Amino acid sequence: MTDSTSTSVSLTAKNLHLSFGHNHVLRGIDLHVEKGTTASVIGPSGSGKSTLLRVMNRLIEPDQGDILIDGRSILTDDPNTLRQRIGMVFQQFNLFPHKTAVENVSLALRKLKGLSRDEAQALALEHLDRVGLAHKADARPGNLSGGQQQRVAIARALAMSPDVMFFDEATSSLDPELVKGILSLMADLATSGMTMVVVTHEMGFARNVSDTVIFMDGGVVVESGPPAQLFDTPQSPRLRSFLSDVL
Amino acid sequence: MDAFQQLLDTFFDWEAMAKVLPSLLTVGLPNTLILATLSGVIGTLLGLVLAVMGISRNRLLRWLARIYTDVFRGVPAVVVILLIGIGLGPIVRELTGSVSPFPLGILALSLMAAAYIGEIFRSGIQSVDKGQLEATRALGFSYGASMRLVVVPQGIRRVLPALVNQFISLIKDSSLVYFLGLLASEREIFRIGNDAAANTGNLSPLIAAALLYLCLTIPLTHLVNYIDHRMRVGRPEKHAASGGTPPMPDAPHLNVTSDGVTP
Repeated sequence: MTDSTSTSVSLTAKNLHLSFGHNHVLRGIDLHVEKGTTASVIGPSGSGKSTLLRVMNRLIEPDQGDILIDGRSILTDDPNTLRQRIGMVFQQFNLFPHKTAVENVSLALRKLKGLSRDEAQALALEHLDRVGLAHKADARPGNLSGGQQQRVAIARALAMSPDVMFFDEATSSLDPELVKGILSLMADLATSGMTMVVVTHEMGFARNVSDTVIFMDGGVVVESGPPAQLFDTPQSPRLRSFLSDVL
Repeated sequence: MDAFQQLLDTFFDWEAMAKVLPSLLTVGLPNTLILATLSGVIGTLLGLVLAVMGISRNRLLRWLARIYTDVFRGVPAVVVILLIGIGLGPIVRELTGSVSPFPLGILALSLMAAAYIGEIFRSGIQSVDKGQLEATRALGFSYGASMRLVVVPQGIRRVLPALVNQFISLIKDSSLVYFLGLLASEREIFRIGNDAAANTGNLSPLIAAALLYLCLTIPLTHLVNYIDHRMRVGRPEKHAASGGTPPMPDAPHLNVTSDGVTP
């Protein structure tokens, strides 16, 4: 995907902490995603992976720690402007059910980027075409399959020309036969040089597509490194036991 | 005269009905519609404010909305109408010189409707999946813009049938303003039917009034069913503006012109 207004950036988290009451969800997360690379975050359910994404785009503000884009802290930025730079794709798609596919994609283009109705429509159709759904532009989410809905959600995020993309278990609620299509779309995006953080249970994707794999458990990063290193020579007992459970 | 004939004369005296019909249609109908529509509109606006207060993060606002709702839903309509219509009458007279209780009737109906409509809106807004707010905020919208553009519209859409039901209640409850003693030109459907019935000692004018209420409410109940049906089945797909997109084969098409429920 080539987009002139989108620039590849690096993303860093430093000692991120977050508690909900007595529940210490993140206990000092450090991670670094190089510009234009893909990091897969794996780990058991409840390890804080999805929360980490929401803290890094400040849907939830961290209690402590810092988040940097290209080495500059973004904690004092306006959170709404910040989130325009970070595309996010959800497990449950979260498309707007009362709007058509093309309206889902064009809403933020009109209201946030200030494009005219026609400009937004044209750009939205272009992005729907990229995910192979131009012919469904006027369908409502309720009339689309799960895979098609997730494609629209990806188009909606990409239309904003984000610098970084977050995927929160983007294939976990898809029927098995639809998973592959979404994963290959994500792989294409990774190849195109987008900086991506992918929370996933798809070990094949983590191993074959990502540049870095981050294993989280209990709110901490237990182990991280190149996929071959983590999958072939896991160091910690926790990662070894996780891998023996999922592989 | 047998009992059956007597019943017919009491309830279905066509002459008496025909006699009251002109004033039912020219005076009663407009006044009922004014009462129901104005209090519906004011009640909807107030109700939206109450709903937003009710889901506010500010505890004081939530409490105020709660107390208001509990009071106005918990007191019989006629009590509210009398208290406001008669209690505020002298103040209005002093301020405006008007002796008409009609506006106070609208106010009382609005205040009661707001309590119900506020609860309808609140439940509708709160039933919207929280992923909707999250996805909108993730795109870069502020909390307020997300609520306004995505969450509240979905919540309102979902409760449209309940809102129409509320409007039906208002049409019927508007008859209660008769307790305030309206001027001749302000009488609504019930009052005109009732006056005619009292003057003639025959109930047929009230039957005529009842039939007129049914002419208003029955189409509305069918509108509720239609909206409800359309929300469950989906609306007809709009074709692409470019004309290049074929109709969706997997989209359920609703033939709204032939199923007989289109208003």
